[in-house]
Amino acid sequence: MVELVLFVITAVAALAGAVTVVTARNPVHSAMGLFGTLFSLAVIYVVNLAHLVAAVQVIVYAGAVMTLFLFVIMLIGVDKAEDTSEHLPRQRTLVAVLGAAVGLVVVALIVSGRFVWVPAGGGDVEIPNGTVQAVAEPLFTTWILAFEVTALLLTIAAAGAIALAYFKRGLIREEHE
Amino acid sequence: MDAIDLLIVVARVVVVFALLLVVTLLNVWLERKIVADMQNRIGPDRAGPFGILQTLADGMKLFFKEQVTPRKVELGVYLLAPFLAVIPALLTFMVVPWGRPIEIAGRVVPLQGTDLNIGLLFILAMSSVGVYAVVMAGWSSGSKYPLLGGVRATAQAISYEAAMGLSMVAVVMFTATAGDGGTLSLAEIVARQQGSWGDALGIPALGWIPRWNLFPELVAFGIFLIAAVAETNRAPFDLVEAEQELVGGFHTEYSGIRFAMFFLAEYINIFTMSAIATTLFLGGWNGPTWEGTVPAVVSAVLPTVWFLVKTYAIILVFFWVRATLPRLRYDQLMQLGWKRLIPGAFVWLILSTVVIGIRQFGWPWT
Repeated sequence: MVELVLFVITAVAALAGAVTVVTARNPVHSAMGLFGTLFSLAVIYVVNLAHLVAAVQVIVYAGAVMTLFLFVIMLIGVDKAEDTSEHLPRQRTLVAVLGAAVGLVVVALIVSGRFVWVPAGGGDVEIPNGTVQAVAEPLFTTWILAFEVTALLLTIAAAGAIALAYFKRGLIREEHE
Repeated sequence: MDAIDLLIVVARVVVVFALLLVVTLLNVWLERKIVADMQNRIGPDRAGPFGILQTLADGMKLFFKEQVTPRKVELGVYLLAPFLAVIPALLTFMVVPWGRPIEIAGRVVPLQGTDLNIGLLFILAMSSVGVYAVVMAGWSSGSKYPLLGGVRATAQAISYEAAMGLSMVAVVMFTATAGDGGTLSLAEIVARQQGSWGDALGIPALGWIPRWNLFPELVAFGIFLIAAVAETNRAPFDLVEAEQELVGGFHTEYSGIRFAMFFLAEYINIFTMSAIATTLFLGGWNGPTWEGTVPAVVSAVLPTVWFLVKTYAIILVFFWVRATLPRLRYDQLMQLGWKRLIPGAFVWLILSTVVIGIRQFGWPWT
């Protein structure tokens, strides 16, 4: 019961945030809508006992990424006369068709009744191995290669960002120009 | 989980809430009094003995004051920001253990809001949510000083959170060697600092040194403390609300109870940061309880006393630093964060890892 109530609240909040992202006139409001959505998802993760995923979601997305978004929006400011013309041809038709298809699948699932409600962990469910430990174990044994490759990829991205900011058309930028 | 268990959970949350509010009332007064002493002034001395009720009087005044809302504010965000400051501040302390678990009528009650498996990550998550309050307040006020304060807050928080996280990693890695596997739970980190270094290393002469993480992780403690001062936007890192340049910074356009909420959040954050430093480095509630020689009630309360004593020792350092050091310039703040603290934390982390590795697995050539 508690789970259902929490789910409804967070799901509505997540959807409201998502709608805000698209419809808000002000980009700061959009960013805050996205923050709301990401945070609501984190609460859903907590309800499902995925504490680690929730914490990472809040730290990385709601925390670091969104703060950076806001920072950029505030610092650079946004031109009010933004170019809102669409460059993707037939974008709206495609969205309508895909949306209808997804909606149809959901309706079909509900009508056929071929799904089960999986109860999430209540307050008295013991976490067998501790969530952090349960994630760390396979991550650093079975999936160590994928983990290291991802780390390498992130390092390359960081180095690339620095290179883009520092070198310009083959010239090293003067310090404090 | 029956009704009594539920009641205990509610009681734990309410107790933490009350503790934070009372402690804040005291801390505001204590800071004014101590800074006054350091500057050869008297400080507040009118309300109550030694002026101890001064904060209460100020709080009442703020409650009944008119709340001015400037015409240019973004109303929704402007009203939301004070709440967003207070809620993460209150939540962060929920994972800090503030006393030894006590036994009442056969039930073990941990003196802690809740013991999360991801305790440390929860703290980092809440502190990154707390930044939003400052950013939103600064932006929604619709005037330039608050906006500058908000932008500064974002940059400062991003910079110093990295250093703080790295110093926490060093502690977590060290803690993993003190018990069975690694842990992020604060209750477990405290439990692994029980006893003395003499017993842990097998050197009886060191029996008087408590087994705190402070001694092996001294550098990490220093980095954590500096980052904590910066994270709470306290002097000498209070560029977010630098009076001389930004009027009041992000809360310039707030008045009455809305301003009081930002103020409350700041002081709760100081207490929480000190409590976290105590938990990670100073052994939390560990301390002599003289079990058996004193009444059981005394030895049950003593751990909480030790916790408060250690926390207040760190809070006093916060006050001392504020009264002594001048504010940094903005570029100095960024240089300290990115060019000193973060590389320093990395070097310390690597050194610490090498030592732990050698202790655990032996020298690589043997």
